[in-house]
Parts: sequence; structure tokens; C-alpha cells
Amino acid sequence: MSASLNPAAPAAFPICENPAEQFLRSDRMPSIWCPGCGIGTTVNCFARALIKTGIDPKKVVIVSGIGCTGRVAGYMHLDSFHTTHGRAIPFATGLKLANPGLTVVVYSGDGDLASIGGNHLIHAARRNIDLKVVCVNNLTYSMTGGQAAATTPRDAITATSPYGAYEPPLNLPHLVAAAGASYVSRWTTYHVVQTMKAMERMLTRRGFSFLEVISPCPTLFQRRNRLGDGLDTMKSYKELGATRHNANLADLDMTMGGEIVIGNFVERDRPDYLEAMQAHLRAQLQEQYVDPYEHAEAESALELGELSCG
Amino acid sequence: MQADPRAVLTGVHFLNGDQACCEGALAAGARFAAGYPITPSTEIVERFSKRIPLVGGVFIQMEDELAASIAIQGAAWAGKKVFTVTSGPGFSLMMEHIGFAAMTETPCVFVNVQRGGPSTGLPTLPAQGDMMQARFGSHGDYPCIALSPDSPQECFRLMIRAMNLAEEFRTPVFLMMDEVVGHMTERVEIPAAESIEVTPRRLTEKAPEDYLPYETETSKIGGSLTPEMAIAGEGYKFHVTGLTHDERGYPSMTPETQHKLIHRLFAKIDTAKDRIIELEEDHTEEAEVVVISYGITMRVAERAIQMARTEGIATGKLRLITVWPLAEERIRELAGRVKAFVVPELNMGQVVLEVERVTGGRTRVIRVPHAGGTVHKPEQILEAIRRGAMTVQGAGA
Repeated sequence: MSASLNPAAPAAFPICENPAEQFLRSDRMPSIWCPGCGIGTTVNCFARALIKTGIDPKKVVIVSGIGCTGRVAGYMHLDSFHTTHGRAIPFATGLKLANPGLTVVVYSGDGDLASIGGNHLIHAARRNIDLKVVCVNNLTYSMTGGQAAATTPRDAITATSPYGAYEPPLNLPHLVAAAGASYVSRWTTYHVVQTMKAMERMLTRRGFSFLEVISPCPTLFQRRNRLGDGLDTMKSYKELGATRHNANLADLDMTMGGEIVIGNFVERDRPDYLEAMQAHLRAQLQEQYVDPYEHAEAESALELGELSCG
Repeated sequence: MQADPRAVLTGVHFLNGDQACCEGALAAGARFAAGYPITPSTEIVERFSKRIPLVGGVFIQMEDELAASIAIQGAAWAGKKVFTVTSGPGFSLMMEHIGFAAMTETPCVFVNVQRGGPSTGLPTLPAQGDMMQARFGSHGDYPCIALSPDSPQECFRLMIRAMNLAEEFRTPVFLMMDEVVGHMTERVEIPAAESIEVTPRRLTEKAPEDYLPYETETSKIGGSLTPEMAIAGEGYKFHVTGLTHDERGYPSMTPETQHKLIHRLFAKIDTAKDRIIELEEDHTEEAEVVVISYGITMRVAERAIQMARTEGIATGKLRLITVWPLAEERIRELAGRVKAFVVPELNMGQVVLEVERVTGGRTRVIRVPHAGGTVHKPEQILEAIRRGAMTVQGAGA
């Protein structure tokens, strides 16, 4: 045994703490996620994005719905809410409107955000309310055993499409952009730097921001479709990922074995919900208007717009 | 603490029940409401949307009732006093979030201006058909506080009480109005702000490192069973989940944690029910027949009671201002003394089922059901009182 492995001896190699750890509830580890699952990878990116922005963690709130990704809130050492299925966005809307000084992150899966919660996704994008939505899309309902989802590509085998899926899947970036989102991006869990940078950008800008992260479910989706394990999926994401920042959003459909168009697709300035509400009511009511945030910490946790897009 | 005078329209007004309910919410300190339009409740948030920019707060019209009923809970966790309003079909959509509020102990008020059902039913006409839905509508077991006003004046007062109870017990509270009470216009006297008692949020004073979100004084005799609340953005880094959770707020899906949590949720209301239950009684002590009812139906029953008295029947009145938890002890006491209870309701028989259970056959219980769409005729209730008076005492039901 070498001296450096003896804890009593002076460390030849100082033990560095994982910087992501400060944002994790270590007392809740190990997580429920399977080996090869991509959710943890996105959480690592998120923790590092938080560090990069220098944002005050006290002011960051994370809201999840139900499902495998719905468990993210429970593992983050932040004010965190594990809400009902599909309703993370309206819960987050209430938080943000009650205290605009909070940076409100919605972290959930494709089934939760795009299917049962699809209406809220559309309306939050339409309002351009300042929420940072991370949608981990594993193309299936994993928590319940791998059933077909609104995002399942055609021909994919799932627990409820045993002969292959025949419904057309939802193209999420196209949907949220059409509804009015002011930031839209898609990456895969292979593209960790890009994912982290997209998160960083979302955290430092104002308005409804949406990031889709394509992620494997080796236990259910990958296995049933003979796509190999987590590592095989990383290789396929590397091969199939086609970065096209200005892609036509209509061309972003996910197919089995087809290319995965990734990139930062939309970034535009529109007045967000709070700006619109305050400006309009002030113009209409003039000195009669009582600003609801007068005595609150209305300034955001950090200076907005100073960090540039990665 | 007292109401904020900026939000209290002190004076005498001519308001309908919906408008009066809105003024009650503002007086009680509600500074966030989310809603989705539905007859006959909409006037409450219409007025709130007009008043709140002048008071300092936010109203948002959400995309549906699911969203409205959870948006208020997000706002509650950021420190606001909150409510939403709806009617039958919307109330059905809100059920999951009523359970979420009960489980996560989120203070919030649900106003239901009841209309005829089931389904789309009678959008513009009254009923009291959602009383059991308020009590049992969300899945799983949870306790319930529901109040029922019989006038616009009482809509104002009970909305304040509902908001206060929600804060005190950290639980969803229901204001169960009906279309007639919501739309009738009467004199409403709004008192001075300093005479309106408002319950503050039970915020923790503990340091974040000492704070456990769901710790209560369960082991202390007379200790509070309602945990202290932290709000988002203050460094507590707490977790809230609809899953069965331990004192840390962490999911803990074991029979032991479930037992402890659910029993505490029930006990926090049960041990305080004497304070929560509010009744109005008239001539119950010497009555041979007592009419038990609530909301608009009791106002109709008043006429029947007067008619019965002129016929020489000693008729008492027991109005359930608090419907849930039910005034079981009082009903049981009276059951041993009167010949009959007469229970008119604008439904096919809901609260009467509980009255029957509580009396346990010791006295006759006469149902006066009504499918809704209008109120009872006093004669229908009078007829039931007459039948009650003819009961041979001791013969039971």
C-alpha cells in the first residue's frame, strides 16, 4: 500500500471535492436512476452551470413534476418542489409571480412537460414568463415501465407499442418556439459542454427559456429497441448529432436511427410576462397602480444579460 | 394582526356574494389569486383583477383549473396569501391539487360557487351538490375544513375566516357558496380594518441549519401539530413533495412514515375542531323538531320554521356555518332530545348521510332532497317538519 492512500499520511494528491456536490443532497444518495441513465449527466451540467453563473443559490428554486426526471428537484440542495404530474410549470408560474427575485427552474421529463403538462408548456411560452425549463427527453415513460410517449419516434418498441409506435412524435423545439418561447435549444447527454452552456445562458437571460436534452433510458427504451447500453447510446449521439444552430424548426422530428438535429435554435427578446404586466398596468392606472414588488427584492439574483451565449 | 387598511373598503355597500367574497379575500390579506372563468363564480376574480393592481398584488388567469389550483400553491410557497375560485366542473379538475395542498400543508383557499350538476349541469342555477366532493373528492385520506355562507355579508366574513384557518392549520380550506348566495345582492357592511383580525403565516424563526420543514410538537402535550413554514428564496433550501415524507420533507415511502404523517394531518384538525366549528342555533333547546341545514337552503328553511311555529310545532334551527368538520357532538346531544331532524339540502342527500350516521338511529332523520336548479319551496320543508312532529318519541327512524 502506498503512503498516499493512507488517510493519516500527508496526501500526495490532495482530494478535491466535486464542485457539483454543493448543489446536491448527498444525504439522499444513491439516486433512483439506473446505470447509464442520462438524467444524472444533465444534473451535473446544471450544477456546473450554476457555478459558472455565480448566481446566489439561495435565490434559485427548482420545480419538478412526476417521473424519473421529476425526481431531480429532490436531489438538488436548493429550495425544491416535487409537484403533481404535469403541473410543474403552473406551480413555478405562481412562485415567479409572487417573488420575481427568484430564479425559477423547471426540471422535468418529456411525458410530464409535453404530454400531461403540454397545455401549460404552450401557455408559459406564450406568456414568455421568466422560467428556465429543462426537459430531459428519453422518448418514453420510464418511471412506469417504458410506455409509449408523445415523443416516442415511429417504429420504436415500448411497453404499450409492442409492435412499434405509429403515432407521429411531438417536435418540442418547434412547438415551444411557435408558442412564443424566447430561447429554445436542444442537445444530447453526449454534448455535456453545450448542454452546460445552454443552461448557463438560460440562467442569465430573461423570458421563457426551453432546453430539450435527448437522454437514454438503457433499462427500458434502449434495451427494448436493441440500442445497447449507455455507452453505445453516447456513441450513437456522437454519430447522429448534427449541430445546426439555425435549423428550420420544422425539420427537428426525432426518428429511430435518424440524425438528431441539435443546437441553439431561438434567442429573441420579447417583453416577459412581468415586464408586460407592470408596464401596462402602470400606463393604464398611472399613480393609482401599486407595484406588487415595491418592497420585495425585485432585482434578480444576478445582473442580467452580461454573460454571452456559449 | 390587523387587516391592511389599504385593502379594506370600510363602509356600507350593496354587493352580491361573489363581490363580497372578493372583498373578504382582500381584507384577509390575499395578494395572489389565479383563476379560470366559470359561471357562477367568475365575478369574484373579475373584481379581484380590477382591485388588486390598486392594492399591490397579482391576479393571473391561467389556462385551466388544474393550473389555477397549483399556481396559487407556488405563490403560497413564495410567501403570498392565496385563493382560487371555481364551480362544479372546475372543482372536479382541481381535486388533485386539493390533495397536494393537504399533503404538503400549503395554506390556500378554494371557493366553490356551486351550480347544478353532474357534468356541465346547470351553469347558471344553484345547487349544493359538491359538499361531499369537498370532503372526499381528492384521492386518499385527508381532513377538511369547509364553511358555508348564507348571505353576501357572510361571504365577506367567512372568506376572511377561511383565509385565516388556512394559515393557522396550513391546509386547504373550502368556502362552499352556491349560485343564489353568489348572485344575490344585499347590504354588506365592511368594518374598519383595525377591527378585522388576520392570521399571519406561521413562518419559522429557526436558522436554516436547525429547521426541519415538517417537524411539529407532536410529543409535547398541547403542542402544535401544524409545522412552521419556510418560504422560498431565504436560504432554507427545503424540499416539498406530494410523496409521503418525513420531518425533513424527504420522500420516505414506508408504512411507518405514512402512518405518522396521515395521523398527524387528521389530528391537527381534529384536536382543534371546537375552535373551527361555528354554528347558529335558534330555539334548539326546547325544540321537538330541529332543522339542520346550511347556506341558502337554511334561509328558505327559516320561512318553513316560522310557519311550523305558527302551527304550534316547537321547531329549532341548527345552521352549519362550518359544515366540515361536522358538529358531531352537538348533533348527538340534540339527537337524544328531539323527535326528529329535518335536513333540507340542494342535493339528493349528502350532509344528511353524516347526520344519519351521527344520530345512529336515536332520532328520526327526515331528508328533504332537491335536484337543484332553484331553491326549495318552504312548504316542502314545512311538510317534513310536520311529519317529524308526528313522530312517536323513542320510535327511532
